Amino acid sequence: MSKQGVEPDELSRPFWQAANANKLVIQNCQQCDRLQHPPLRKCTACGATEHLEWKPMSGRGQIYNYAVVHDGPIKSLHEDQPFNVAVITLEEDSGIQMYSHLPGTPVDEVPIHGNVEVIFQATDNGQKVPEWRVVD
Amino acid sequence: MATENAPASIYRAEQNLGLWEHRGKVAAVGIGHSPTARRWDGKAETCVGAMSILALRAAIEDSGVDPAKIDGLVIDPVTTTGAFWPKGKPLPLDVINQFNTTEQPLDGITQLSVEWLLKNMPELANVKFTMYGAGCMSRAICVAAQAVGDGQTHTCLVLKSWHNLEGRYYQGGAAGSNTISGTAAMRNLWGTPASFGTALQFAEYCRKYGKSHDMMAPFMENSRRNGLLFPEGYWAQHRPEVLTKEDYLAARWIAKPASLFDNDIPITVSGAYLYTTAERAKDLKQKPVYILNHAASVGRARGLTPTLDEVEEETARTAKKIYQGAGITAADLSFENMYDGFSLFHPFHLEGLGYRGIKFGEALDFYQTDISIEGPNPVSPSGGNIGSGRSRFWMHTDCIQQLQGRAGARQITGITPEIAVSGGPMPVGGNYTVWSATPD
Ligand SMILES: [Zn+2]
Repeated sequence: MSKQGVEPDELSRPFWQAANANKLVIQNCQQCDRLQHPPLRKCTACGATEHLEWKPMSGRGQIYNYAVVHDGPIKSLHEDQPFNVAVITLEEDSGIQMYSHLPGTPVDEVPIHGNVEVIFQATDNGQKVPEWRVVD
Repeated sequence: MATENAPASIYRAEQNLGLWEHRGKVAAVGIGHSPTARRWDGKAETCVGAMSILALRAAIEDSGVDPAKIDGLVIDPVTTTGAFWPKGKPLPLDVINQFNTTEQPLDGITQLSVEWLLKNMPELANVKFTMYGAGCMSRAICVAAQAVGDGQTHTCLVLKSWHNLEGRYYQGGAAGSNTISGTAAMRNLWGTPASFGTALQFAEYCRKYGKSHDMMAPFMENSRRNGLLFPEGYWAQHRPEVLTKEDYLAARWIAKPASLFDNDIPITVSGAYLYTTAERAKDLKQKPVYILNHAASVGRARGLTPTLDEVEEETARTAKKIYQGAGITAADLSFENMYDGFSLFHPFHLEGLGYRGIKFGEALDFYQTDISIEGPNPVSPSGGNIGSGRSRFWMHTDCIQQLQGRAGARQITGITPEIAVSGGPMPVGGNYTVWSATPD
């Protein structure tokens, strides 16, 4: 699927740099030892603006939920409709969610609670993005 | 006079705040609506500013209040339904210049300021209190209720307006561009429509409770039916078409399990109310409808979208705030008018409230019983956004009209309307008002 190109901004740059190196990192508050995603300028738990780091993840997760997009807003994805968009939760913290098109999984045949592993796919401008693939 | 956004402290968002200090001391005494349209036709008399003036003047006239006595104005400055003025498109100067303008060239066209309204409504010469309650009418009326209660204004207009332009909803801007900024991309890169989050929650709900999407059909039929009895609404004015169960089940998906009809239709419309003190309300033209409480949900999802657990925790928490501040229980509700745009979260609102004793997982079963305006358990007698298009205020208008006994063909007959609740938008993040036919 042809995803829009991504232009990393200041807040998200480390995440996208890691993706280009085939690594998944998530923002973590060292003070609370708590992950948050998408990243913010401060920790939503303690409010601290310092102590925010980028923590490497295992790249393993689970499918929490999904819906099938038949009529979405992004032009470059229209030719691929309908497509799955699943909610992935991370092995390290089931409160952290990421979206996925679940490449390789047939439309509307998504195994809820199925295990997934991260892969990295290039978007239209070459920036890689974490995606997820169902594993046994 | 610069108009500021309402401070967070004006909303009753905390838990255990006790009875609202102004319970029964603020009343709605006037309603005004502009006509609806699917999209702006480019004429001066139908731009969002002109529609707003129409609605405000209608509310003033409805109340019988002398405009010179009005000293407050609360509005939402954001009027977009998801449609934005296209980059590079020439400004509609022929329209703009028919009004008194502000420094914002698209004021009155794709946004609205208090300044613009006051410049174009000379009769509002004595307005001293102004505030923005950005978000939707549900929010703006809470600001007005608190401001009147606090004595910042004694006679206050509240307005919410919507513009809609040519083109597909939310498909301009970032969605049409080749690239997307890094932080936004983490949420938006996957091409999900606005109803996606609600579709997710509804899918989870169906799995958890063993329910199915077709069980929404009676609610949808009831909402359209009530909407067609709402002469101020879009479907009644432009497309008086009944929605059958078959129509609903045959509709194409937007984000399965959310179908076309589960998404409200964006329209152009303005709505206004006049609020005043209970004391001043006594001698006015309309029967006052008293505000028993306003409450806010400020919950936040931990992840990208609220999970069903997060939704249920939050709707239960919100219901406690709603009831406690009003000094009522669920059993006191004559009817409910919780928000429905997207239809699939109406069950979550209903269950959080515990309307007619229903518990989590029971709303869809409840929809299979008599939820009509003639029955003992009216559900969404306004018909909501599903029944009248996307205004996010039909439910408030309906609560006021029902309690005044002037809801016309939509008047509920199975019970006596005494106390009602309305509000939204989201089950996690919204503002709610408790209305009463009497001040205590
Ligand atoms: Zn922290």
